[in-house]
Amino acid sequence: MAAINRDDVAHLARLAHIEMSAQELDRMAGELAVIVDSVKSVSQAAGDDVPATSHPIPLNNVFREDVVGHTFTAEQALSGAPDSDDNRFKVPAILDEA
Amino acid sequence: MTDNNELIRLSAARLAEKLAAGEVTSVEVTQAYLDRIAAVDGGERGVNAFLHVNAEEALAVAAEVDAIRAAGGAEADALHVLAGVPIAVKDLIVTVGQPTTAGSKILEGWHSPYDATVVERLRAAKMPILGKTNLDEFAMGSSTEHSAYGPTRNPWDLDRIPGGSGGGSAAAVAAFEAPLALGTDTGGSIRQPGAVTGTVGVKPTYGSVSRYGAIAMASSLDQIGPVSRTVLDSALLHQVIGGHDPRDSTSLPDPLADLVAAAKTGSVEGMRIGIIKELHGEGYQAGVENRFNDSLELLREAGAEIVEVSCPNFQYALGAYYLIMPSEASSNLAKFDGVRYGLRVLPEDGPMTIERVMGATRAAGFGDEVKRRIILGTYALSAGYYDAYYGSAQKVRTLVQRDFDAAFTVADVLISPTAPTTAFRLGEKLDDPLAMYLNDVATIPANLAGVPGLSLPGGLADEDGLPVGIQLLAPAREDARLYRVGAVLESLLEAKWGGPLLAQAPALGELVEAKEAK
Repeated sequence: MAAINRDDVAHLARLAHIEMSAQELDRMAGELAVIVDSVKSVSQAAGDDVPATSHPIPLNNVFREDVVGHTFTAEQALSGAPDSDDNRFKVPAILDEA
Repeated sequence: MTDNNELIRLSAARLAEKLAAGEVTSVEVTQAYLDRIAAVDGGERGVNAFLHVNAEEALAVAAEVDAIRAAGGAEADALHVLAGVPIAVKDLIVTVGQPTTAGSKILEGWHSPYDATVVERLRAAKMPILGKTNLDEFAMGSSTEHSAYGPTRNPWDLDRIPGGSGGGSAAAVAAFEAPLALGTDTGGSIRQPGAVTGTVGVKPTYGSVSRYGAIAMASSLDQIGPVSRTVLDSALLHQVIGGHDPRDSTSLPDPLADLVAAAKTGSVEGMRIGIIKELHGEGYQAGVENRFNDSLELLREAGAEIVEVSCPNFQYALGAYYLIMPSEASSNLAKFDGVRYGLRVLPEDGPMTIERVMGATRAAGFGDEVKRRIILGTYALSAGYYDAYYGSAQKVRTLVQRDFDAAFTVADVLISPTAPTTAFRLGEKLDDPLAMYLNDVATIPANLAGVPGLSLPGGLADEDGLPVGIQLLAPAREDARLYRVGAVLESLLEAKWGGPLLAQAPALGELVEAKEAK
C-alpha cells in the first residue's frame, strides 16, 4: 500500500471540510504515515474466503409501526443552531457565486 | 448519623440500604457528594472529573425521593432500589437541563433538546444526577488529555492520567465524588480508566444497552455501561440502564438477565476460566503481570479450572480497530458543520460560502486527535483504498469473532490484564499517538466482536504502587457470567487486602492541598 504524504492529507482535509495550515499538514502527514504503516498488516490477515463483519451482532429488518411518534417542535430543533430565520436553519451561500 | 467522610465511601448498594431504612436521606447523601466535588474537583490542581455540576436539579430529585419515602405507602414501596443514590454521567451522553459538550469546543454551550434513553431510565429510577464528567474529545483517547477542557487527574497520583476516554467518570468514582457513573466504551473507554483508577467498569454486550442519545463515535463499536467501586454496584446500575429500546435500531430485543443475582452467586466452583495467551506476557509491565497471576491463583483456589486459550488473530485487532473506528467516526462527525448546532466560525477573508464556513468551523472546533481520526477515516474509506483498509479490517473482525467462538468452547469466561501498564504520567504519550493507541490492545477485541467485558481492581503494581486492572470477558449476551466471576474475585482479593483497594489510595484532600501549596 502506498504511503500517505502531505498532498494526500491536503486532499483528505478538503474532503473532510477541515481547513489546515501548512504546518498542520506537515505534522499530520508525519503522524498519519506512522499510523498507516502500523495498520498495514491488516490487509494481509484474512483470505478471500473470509466474509466481512460490519456489525458484531447483526439485526435484520428492524421495523416499527408506521405511526407518528415524538417529534421536535421547530423551536426545539433550532434551539442549538448558530443562526436561524423564520423557523429554518440559516446558512451562508451554498454556492460560490464568484 | 453517619459522618460525611464515611458516607461518601459507602457502596451504592449500602447507600441504597441505608436510604431504604431511613438511616440517611437522599438530600444528605447528595449534598455530601456535592461538598466532596467542591473540595477536590476544582482549582489548578483539582481532579477535574466534572465539566458541569448539576447541584440544583440533583438536590430537587433527592428531596422528591425523601418526601416520597417520608410519606410512605404505595409510592414509597414502588421506589427503585437505587432511588436517591446519586450518579455522574459522562458528557458524551445527552441530557436535558445540562450542557453536553462531548469534551469538544465545537459543542461548547450546547443543550440537547432530548434525553438519552439511559438518562430517561436514571430519571425514572429517581437517581439524582450530580453532573457531567470529563472525557477525551468525542471519546477519542486513552488519557482524557484530549479533552478541550483540560485533563482529568488520577486520584491515586495527580500527575498521572486517569485513563480514557472516560477518565472523568472513573476518577469521580475513585475520588469519592460519586458512587456511580455512566461511561461509554468503544475500544476500552470504560474498562481502561477503571483499571488505572482502581475502580470497576463494564462494557455490556453490544446492543444490550441503548445507544440512543450517546453522541456516536463508531456506531458498530460504541456501548454505554456502568462505572462503580464494586462489582455489585455495576450490576445494580446495569440493571437500570439495560434492556431493549425501540429508538436504537441496534438494540437487542432480548430480556435482560438478572445481573444482581449473578453478582450474588458467590461461587466459581467448576467454572472454566481461560487465560488468553496473546493478552499477557511480552509488552505487559511486570507488576501488572504479577497481579494478574495473583488473581489466577485465587480463582484456582476457589475451585475454578484455569485453562489456556489462544486467539491468534488478536494480533491484528488493534490495526483493524484503528481502521474501522476512524472510518465510522469520520462519517459520524460530519454532522458537526456549523449549521444545526454548536460553534460556527466564519473564514477570515475570501468568499463566505457554506463550504468555507464548515472548513473554518471544524478547524477551530475540533482538536488534533479528532482531526487525525477524521483524516485517517476519510483515507481508509476513499476510493482505491477501501478494500485494502476498511474491507480488510472488517474481515479481521470476523477472524476475531471466530477466535472468541473457539475460546468459549473451552472456557466459560476469559481473563487478562485490562491494560498493559499502570497509569502513565500526564503528557508522557501526548506526542506519540501510536504509543497512546497501544493502551487499548487488551480491550479492543471485545468491541470488535461485540462481547461483554468487565474490569475490576487486581491490586497495586510492585514497581509504582499504582492500580492494576483485571479484565473478564464472556460470550455475547452472557454478561451475567462477568458479574458472577467478578464478584467472587473481588471478595477474594478484598479478603487478602483487608478491605477495598481504594482504602489504600492516598488521602486526596491532603494531596490536592499539597499540590496547591507547591
